[in-house]
Amino acid sequence: MGKNEFSPEQQAYKEKIKPLQPTPPYFVNCLKAFLIGGLICAIGQGITNFYITFFNFTEKTAGNPTVATLILVASLLTGIGVYDKLGQFAGAGSIVPVTGFANAVTSAALEHKSEGLVLGVATNLFKLAGAVIVFGAVAAYIIGMIRYLFQMVL
Amino acid sequence: MVEYFIAFVVGGLICVVGQLLMDIFKLTPAHVTSSFVVAGAALDGFGLYDKLIQFAGAGATVPITSFGHSLLHGAMAEADEHGFIGIAMGIFQLTSAGISSAILFGFIVAVLFKPKG
Repeated sequence: MGKNEFSPEQQAYKEKIKPLQPTPPYFVNCLKAFLIGGLICAIGQGITNFYITFFNFTEKTAGNPTVATLILVASLLTGIGVYDKLGQFAGAGSIVPVTGFANAVTSAALEHKSEGLVLGVATNLFKLAGAVIVFGAVAAYIIGMIRYLFQMVL
Repeated sequence: MVEYFIAFVVGGLICVVGQLLMDIFKLTPAHVTSSFVVAGAALDGFGLYDKLIQFAGAGATVPITSFGHSLLHGAMAEADEHGFIGIAMGIFQLTSAGISSAILFGFIVAVLFKPKG
């Protein structure tokens, strides 16, 4: 995050203003994140059960259509501006579920719409959410290699 | 009804961890989600995430940690068949629904709606 790039003066200033900065209300924030995040997961459970009952998915395979459905809903909610209001209230409760991923994709695309469909929407689609895919793929690749080596040795 | 309750509690707790990372360690949302994906892949490396999904259902599949878990699962499934090369072939196999729908719906919404605020 480049924290070490601050000069001594900047560091001293940061220390000086520290007691003046408001401390976040930890408990209230956590409670909000818990309630909204839990609610989104409970809705996801409902969607999972729906796919298992009506479309012959199994417990294991129902995760995929559930995630896709949540992404559709979250994209639409971002489009009409509701999800960002929810995000202001819920903090991590709206960021950590996969709906937050959809929100990051859609809001980045919307924000740059004025620059055109190709250079604005398409190129900025993964501006925020790209980090998740990059770190996920790199981590999965490395861990996959390690696990594969273990399987070969054992 | 019990499974809804478990999904609510487990999913909620994962979000609380994210909130604490944001409030106490001042991480940005992008840092939180990136760490969670790596954590999901790491937990799956030890076979722990599957147990969590069995226990919590959507409480474990809806948070972004399951994205890392699915990446590794797809990679390992292909690796069983094709060896080392399979890891690269399978890595996006299970997450394809999530990524392609995010691209599709994100694009459509961005075309149809006007930016707010």
